[in-house]
Amino acid sequence: MVEDSPSDVLITKEAMEQAKLVNNLHVVEDGVEAMAFLRKEPKYAAAPRPDLVLLDWNLPRKSGKEVLAEIKADEFLKRIPVVILTSSKADVDVLKAYGLHANCYLTKPIGFLGFVDMVSSISHFWFHVVTLPPV
Amino acid sequence: MVEDSPSDVLIAQEALGSSKLINELHVVEDGVEAMSFLRRQGRYASSPRPDLVLLDLNLPRKSGREVLAEIKTDPDLKIIPVVILTSSKEESDVLKAYGLHANAYVTKPVGFGSFVEMVGSISHFWFSVVTLPTH
Repeated sequence: MVEDSPSDVLITKEAMEQAKLVNNLHVVEDGVEAMAFLRKEPKYAAAPRPDLVLLDWNLPRKSGKEVLAEIKADEFLKRIPVVILTSSKADVDVLKAYGLHANCYLTKPIGFLGFVDMVSSISHFWFHVVTLPPV
Repeated sequence: MVEDSPSDVLIAQEALGSSKLINELHVVEDGVEAMSFLRRQGRYASSPRPDLVLLDLNLPRKSGREVLAEIKTDPDLKIIPVVILTSSKEESDVLKAYGLHANAYVTKPVGFGSFVEMVGSISHFWFSVVTLPTH
């Protein structure tokens, strides 16, 4: 998860627990760290390849748009599903994201319960319905 | 939906028929028809732009893989989410599909009930959770 809002990180962890999800959630807080994590640069040398990336659109240092573009242009990273999870519902952001091959775009609802539902739905679809790319 | 198996089409129609989420299900049975539909050629001149494409891989005339590649390299069509819905769970098919920017890959389960459930899950996620690109 690439997310700079500590409260959203907390909520996501809480939501995953409530949805009884057994996943290892790795969190980085900006786009530069995101790429370092994915590329297993020294600080993240032991990081696993994620099965799914939850990517906020508005991030410090390097935007979600840039992170998405880099992931999807990278021969080794492009198959990793990237779910944009952001508060923006601006058409321009949605269109840009899908144009850069985001796997899907989700607008964060207001309210904890709505967000728990959304996290459950994301997890159900991506971890129980979808066939993920083999690592 | 691009699907050459009439029984799978029937099941999808059944599963989606009672869903209030979907306005119209358009079905074509091979890859050539799929591209004509998307490009609004000939008899598809007044077809709507789909919100989601469910795409089988093994199709007559033009394979699902070719259709996917054409959609995802077309500047007008590439933003349309494409969910591969196929009986193959071959790693090479999965890897190839994600590499060509399929939005998700779903392997058809064996059994009517499971397939109905799966179509329902796809429909729920893409039509009531995801923010779809507007055209």
